[in-house]
Amino acid sequence: MNTDASPMIRFVNVNKWYGRDHHVLKNINLEVRQGEVVVVCGPSGSGKSTLIRTINQLEPINNGEIWVDGIRANDPRTNINKLREEVGFVFQHFNLYPHLSVLDNITLAPIQVKKIPKDLAERTAMELLERVGLANKKDAYPANLSGGQQQRVAIARGLAMNPQVMLFDEPTSALDPEMIGEVLAVMKQLAESGMTMMVVTHEMGFAREVADRVVFLDQGVILEDAKPEQFFTDPQTDRAKQFLRQILAPMHQ
Amino acid sequence: MTLNLNWGILLEESATGDGPYWTLLATGLQWTLATALTGWVIALLVGSIVGVLRTLPYRPLALLGDIYVEVFRNIPLLVQLFFWFFVWPEVVPQEIGRWMKQDMPYPEFITAALGLGWFTAARVAEQVKSGILSLPRGQKNAALALGFSLPQTYRLVILPQAFRVVIPPLTSEFMNIFKNSAAALAIGLTELTFQMKQMVEYSNEVIVSIAAVTTIYMTLAFAVNRGMAWLEKKARVPGMIGGGR
Ligand SMILES: Nc1ncnc2c1ncn2[C@@H]1O[C@H](COP(=O)(O)OP(=O)(O)OP(=O)(O)O)[C@@H](O)[C@H]1O
Ligand SMILES: [Mg+2]
Repeated sequence: MNTDASPMIRFVNVNKWYGRDHHVLKNINLEVRQGEVVVVCGPSGSGKSTLIRTINQLEPINNGEIWVDGIRANDPRTNINKLREEVGFVFQHFNLYPHLSVLDNITLAPIQVKKIPKDLAERTAMELLERVGLANKKDAYPANLSGGQQQRVAIARGLAMNPQVMLFDEPTSALDPEMIGEVLAVMKQLAESGMTMMVVTHEMGFAREVADRVVFLDQGVILEDAKPEQFFTDPQTDRAKQFLRQILAPMHQ
Repeated sequence: MTLNLNWGILLEESATGDGPYWTLLATGLQWTLATALTGWVIALLVGSIVGVLRTLPYRPLALLGDIYVEVFRNIPLLVQLFFWFFVWPEVVPQEIGRWMKQDMPYPEFITAALGLGWFTAARVAEQVKSGILSLPRGQKNAALALGFSLPQTYRLVILPQAFRVVIPPLTSEFMNIFKNSAAALAIGLTELTFQMKQMVEYSNEVIVSIAAVTTIYMTLAFAVNRGMAWLEKKARVPGMIGGGR
């Protein structure tokens, strides 16, 4: 199990190619300790989604090592389904199961994967729905929820597996502006509860307020890995400075 | 021109000695129903498996599925039935071939139901595959990310959605299988169209015979259509693709 000495997530010299010539992750070394919140940012196409998807092996890597809670994720002998139970993943486009009610969306994996009794799974699901403020929507279907509500259900669905880590890939970028706050609030609350989180986002307010570290990725290379105040006030690379200028004041480049 | 239709012929004793003419058609209907329904069960089972194979991330299995569909879809049904009925028993080991020719019960029915099943399975597989591919890619990833195995992902997340999407195209395949079962007359199955020919020959009432059988086929099609519409409505999910129409 995890002790403070061994990080919750560890990348060691990770490389990944798409096809033969597209080197999308270049010699990645990165550690996320237990309870830490790490925000990953960078220009479009820099490999952020690919990076976060390699942690639970939704994307395989070509070489290097990825460790999650002391288990090597990219070892063929690792039971990857077991490891994925420990790693919640929240997608940009929510990906709720449209044929199931909100409650069934949350309980499906606990019941089918973890073999938790239905009534217990439903009780846990209701607690999580309370936490994300959607207890009254338990019988609704995803298509009848707003984007912000769907994303909060998706977070509850991930938490229902009682994971060690939660990964977020641009959880608010498909949302209308007025719904971003409600999702970020749930994520902030989750961070305060001590969850280990890795979050790909361009919400710099969230990064400043909630993150322990900010990682800046550009063309598959980690160019910066710093505390938020340092990253925002004193970025070390020109690429990061340019990125921050664009994202903080997109009208004045 | 005056049409002199003798509808009463249906109640008259047939020259075949099998009772009134309507019982000829009733026997035909029984075989048509038995063949089409058995064939449909096979087509659904085999077609779903083949359709799923074609979407798997394992090349050899996907290829196997593709080959199945190409073979069974591109050879005329009639040729396939002749093959299973006349050629297959000669191809298999002698013992089995002899059993098929001499002792297998209802050889015409079994051959027709299986042949129709394999044939229709190719068409079902095509629908199931495109149903699966029509779903957003994120659905599969969302399931895998929560720890579902690939079989669980298909069973619990992908197929329940894909089948909802393909109910309308499967309805027409279901209707087709009743029509296609008429091909079995070529191997001597006394299904509806075969019996219609009998009645025409013995009674000489061509129009009445054809009209009666046409009515039966149309009733079957209508029943299938309503049944599937009911199923589609029952499976409908608020706001979901395929369910929202
Ligand atoms: N499955 C794939 N096959 C081939 N190339 C891919 C694949 N997925 C992503 N890429 C390419 O790899 C690069 C990195 O993609 P990725 O989605 O990780 O970037 P990103 O930083 O998440 O971008 P965005 O901000 O647009 O989401 C891009 O150039 C993209 O076109
Ligand atoms: Mg991305």
